[in-house]
Amino acid sequence: MASHNTSEFKNGLKIMLDGDPCSIIENEFVKPGKGQAFSRVKIRNLKNGRVLDKTFKSGESVEAADVIDIEMQYLYNDGEFFHFMVPENYEQHAADANAVGECHFWLKAQDIYEVTLYNGTPIGVASPNFVELEVTETDPGLKGDTAQGGTKPATLETGAVVKVPLFIEIGEVLRIDTRSGDYMSRVKK
Amino acid sequence: MSWRPSASLTIIQQRARIYRQVRAFFEERGCLEVDTPLLSPSTNTDVNIESIKASSLGKTLYLQTSPEFAMKRLLAAGSGSIYQICHAFREGEKGRRHNPEFTLLEWYRIGFDYEQLMDEMECLIDNLSGKSNQYQRISYRQLVLEHISVDIDKVELLELQKKIDSLVPGTRSVELGYDQCLDILISLVIAPEMKGYVFIYDYPVSQAALARVKTINPAVAERFELFYDGLELANGFSELCDSSQQRQRFEGDNNRRLDAGVEPYPIDELLLSALNSGLPECAGVAIGLDRLLMVLLGKESIDQVLSFVD
Repeated sequence: MASHNTSEFKNGLKIMLDGDPCSIIENEFVKPGKGQAFSRVKIRNLKNGRVLDKTFKSGESVEAADVIDIEMQYLYNDGEFFHFMVPENYEQHAADANAVGECHFWLKAQDIYEVTLYNGTPIGVASPNFVELEVTETDPGLKGDTAQGGTKPATLETGAVVKVPLFIEIGEVLRIDTRSGDYMSRVKK
Repeated sequence: MSWRPSASLTIIQQRARIYRQVRAFFEERGCLEVDTPLLSPSTNTDVNIESIKASSLGKTLYLQTSPEFAMKRLLAAGSGSIYQICHAFREGEKGRRHNPEFTLLEWYRIGFDYEQLMDEMECLIDNLSGKSNQYQRISYRQLVLEHISVDIDKVELLELQKKIDSLVPGTRSVELGYDQCLDILISLVIAPEMKGYVFIYDYPVSQAALARVKTINPAVAERFELFYDGLELANGFSELCDSSQQRQRFEGDNNRRLDAGVEPYPIDELLLSALNSGLPECAGVAIGLDRLLMVLLGKESIDQVLSFVD
């Protein structure tokens, strides 16, 4: 079984902890001059997203998690599973709603997403920080109202609802920050 | 990776300024600047410090983890009070506050005890920082008592492990020994609460290192450390001058190294001979100069004060 020594710890390293795959998100080397050395780490459980603090004695080994992040193209949703494909070899993977999580608001067919596989099964999907999506529903735009504040809800092609400026019209393509769900700008077609 | 320095040119100039001030400080006090080898056939046996190995002419040599042994041989040879600015090396120590190669300012004062040495350190730091600072002094026992309500004179291992379970969750406390528990509690709970310059003195005798045991309280050693805002800056002792006690400590260290599954190191017999011939009563301290620079120049990471890092 592959394992990682504490000296290999770094952000993004995938390890097994209490039977679940986890990712190291912070690692601090702690050592009193004449005392025991430790790694104090923050770890995200990749199955449930929870963040935990852990302390390891330097030199300890932890089982490696068979986790890889692969860029895949989103194909379609069959009602139960979200289907992705590795563009290089056409290998397909089906992710359940749990693995896709909040990301389903930003899934657009043909676009590329980072899919996390654990033992070959998708457990997480990450969207790019910015996506471009078309408006399918919103109140009519107010011409000339480009400088004023004020927003209205708009529904995007993926079903996500975001706050947009009053001048936005149905059919326009918007750039959205997926981390906050905020409207950034219009995209010229 | 860029070829450019890790530290800014301003910091590199500030380091030079601080070295000049350190040298002037010791010159004025009649301390001799010395230069001892970085490579030696023997090394520090401390169970928690790993040496980096080198080799020459078919012999294994060790990059010194501090210049302590060689400087004590100079003291035994009659050098009088001495100081040194040098690099030291510790395998595997890398992080925001650690680099495997780092800079020490180490000095020994003949006829001083550790309290007089703490006084002198305050003068040095005031001199280098160009102002008069506040310094707190607190015994190790009192520090632990005040911060986490544990009396180390009475506490059992099991109770320390329970403290860790409640204060440092996510730690397999059952696998930790007494001193390891204290190391974690000091580093992760107490140090982050410490503000300004704080001397911690009278360490448990189990952590005596090369300090002499306190005559009036054999449970503690005359060892001290200096912290700034929880960052460990310096470690000093009233030096142990007894060669047979020192030999016992080296051998005890090597036994602990074997128990811990790490290789024992060759004991420095020349240091023991020097102690045997007579080390004058003295106190000595090593300051991590890179960390002192971090404090004086307001930097968060050791990389910001080192010219180059890997």
